[in-house]
Amino acid sequence: MKIHEYQAKQLMAERGIPVPKGRVATTVDEAVAAVRPLIEESGNPVVVLKSQIHAGGRGKGTFEEHPDLRGVNVITAGIGGGIGAAEDAVRKLAFKMLGSTLVTVQTGPEGKVVNRLYVEQGIDIARELYLAVLLDRAASRNIVMASSEGGVEIEKVAEETPEMILKEEIDPAISLAAFQAHSLAYGLEMGEEVTKRFMGFVKALDLLATELDTDLIEINPLVVTTDGQVMALDGKMAFDDNALFRHPEIVAMRDETEEDPAELEAKKTGLNYIKLEGTIGCLVNGAGLAMATMDTIKHVGGEPANFLDVGGGADEEQVTTAFQIITRDPNVKGIFVNIFGGIMRCDVIATGIVAAVKTVGLSVPLVVRLEGTNVEQGKQIIRDSGLDVVAADSLKDGAEKIVELVR
Amino acid sequence: MSILVGKDTRVLIQGLGKTGQFHTDKAIAYGTQMVGAVHPSRAGTTSHFEGETDHSGVPGRDDTYFVDLPVFATVREAVAATGANASVVYVPPPFAADAIMEAGAAGLELVVAITEGVPVADMIKAKRYLADKPTRLVGPNCPGVITPGECKMGIMPGYIHERGRIGVVSRSGTLTYEAVYQLTLRGLGQTTAVGIGGDPVNGTNFVEMLQMFEDDPETEGVIMIGEIGGTAEEEAAEFVATRMTKPVAGFIAGTSAPAGKRMGHAGAIVSGGKGTAVAKIEAMEGAGIVLAETPSDMGEAMARALG
Repeated sequence: MKIHEYQAKQLMAERGIPVPKGRVATTVDEAVAAVRPLIEESGNPVVVLKSQIHAGGRGKGTFEEHPDLRGVNVITAGIGGGIGAAEDAVRKLAFKMLGSTLVTVQTGPEGKVVNRLYVEQGIDIARELYLAVLLDRAASRNIVMASSEGGVEIEKVAEETPEMILKEEIDPAISLAAFQAHSLAYGLEMGEEVTKRFMGFVKALDLLATELDTDLIEINPLVVTTDGQVMALDGKMAFDDNALFRHPEIVAMRDETEEDPAELEAKKTGLNYIKLEGTIGCLVNGAGLAMATMDTIKHVGGEPANFLDVGGGADEEQVTTAFQIITRDPNVKGIFVNIFGGIMRCDVIATGIVAAVKTVGLSVPLVVRLEGTNVEQGKQIIRDSGLDVVAADSLKDGAEKIVELVR
Repeated sequence: MSILVGKDTRVLIQGLGKTGQFHTDKAIAYGTQMVGAVHPSRAGTTSHFEGETDHSGVPGRDDTYFVDLPVFATVREAVAATGANASVVYVPPPFAADAIMEAGAAGLELVVAITEGVPVADMIKAKRYLADKPTRLVGPNCPGVITPGECKMGIMPGYIHERGRIGVVSRSGTLTYEAVYQLTLRGLGQTTAVGIGGDPVNGTNFVEMLQMFEDDPETEGVIMIGEIGGTAEEEAAEFVATRMTKPVAGFIAGTSAPAGKRMGHAGAIVSGGKGTAVAKIEAMEGAGIVLAETPSDMGEAMARALG
């Protein structure tokens, strides 16, 4: 699960991790109202207006409606013009940004609507660094990753100058040791005072990661200010979905407007659904087989409309919901049901399909491939239903048949 | 021969809930030596299983079975009373990693964790805990391990398997069934089929499994089924290229998966340009692994690899 930058910063601030002061705004008036207290508190006439969406690359991204406008804007009007000028500038910008669609390298061409802005105090930056706590799958441990190359895409750094990336593996029984934090600071060539602050920062971040079961904390950039403070200028956090049951306070931060409504509905029914751009709806049991079904559709010349894993123990109701979600997508011109029943019995799935089609109705071709436990009963149920269903003998056979039918 | 499990494997079940109960019954029907259960709230009782024998499993048994499985409070007690050397974990996600550690503390040789949805941090700790124990962990979030005709530990349908020549290792449950069934239909059969699980942190990886199959005299070839996310397939390809003498066939799921989206399995995600199907396919082809174009061609790819 992802959260917004302002929420990530709030979680850090609550744990004593230095972040710039800021206020979140959902309206133009709220954004304007945030300016005065921020400037008065910080003494810095500069404020920053940041679009809050669940995607990176906001600083370089632009709005569909305003191609010249970036997703993050530094407002310097306050330097000469005072608070009033800063407020005016924020009013004009917020009016354009709120409700507009921000397109970044991570949103895809369709972009994301900006519903929230974060108004933040300006910071005088001496250095920009990169810092992250994330899982190293090969080591089966979290690592701290740091680089002197902050503010740029870390993937690029990793590819072009891997020696610029420092890593420390975290032993779960010990957590990040002081010498490891020190070694990172040393590698980043920090002076004595900054080293101390950095060590405190990175230790606190490791504790936060453990406490809240984060998948990823990425701070890009982490800045050293001109007066030697270490501060998170940006903050990205994602949480382990499997651990959310023990973090109700994180679940409460979920912004459902950032998620696809169909994916959200599927999740609530215990289905794994991801919408894609193609025309062939898929209903499959098992994540690996669901992926492979999409791959095979593509391989034989079609385009999958979705990934959908009904899981190992789907009941009739889940199958019905799955059908509803698939058929609601106007792009869907045909449906391919691919089941290899292990635990999932084919007769249960077949009963579910028949019931679902009777409830939801069916206006597109349906190909069904059943294999595994109780396959004969399953096939019989579909034959007896009188539904217009094309039977397939294998995954590939089914993919070919549905691709042919939607053509 | 075979690997990991066989006719001498004496199995405990941890977590005798509805799912655990159901699969224990299937395992007994298959002929697995289920010797006890660990379920603290029902300790001191027995759990009764009876039904018709699954004759696709261990040969030469009666047509029906009647088993009273003793239920224990702790794994240590269960091991002392039954001589168990393996356990299969169906404990719910919040407590699954703890159950794995308990099995390790009791000195079991093998723990197979079926549970899906275990927090990553819990698995990091459990793996660290097992590092100095004699215990091998398979899973979590996996279908389990089966040596056809000897022992079935997990949720896979027994009847699609047939004892034979090929080792199967996979991150996905249902794709394992696809491969297994095709091997059975082709008369190649399986020595052992192992699901290593779809989570980012798991007990046993591809390389360890490939080494075991390489060392197993009965195994003549291996099918390896990977998917997007992480770099385990690339590491496995490197191992195949440098250390394996037996032919390997493979398949990678997720060629059509969009970046940044978790495809059902917690570990199946392309992020930051890492873990793509293309990179894995290139690495595997470069290592001489015969790749199936679709999952329906996995048996055929294995036959080609065998020559």
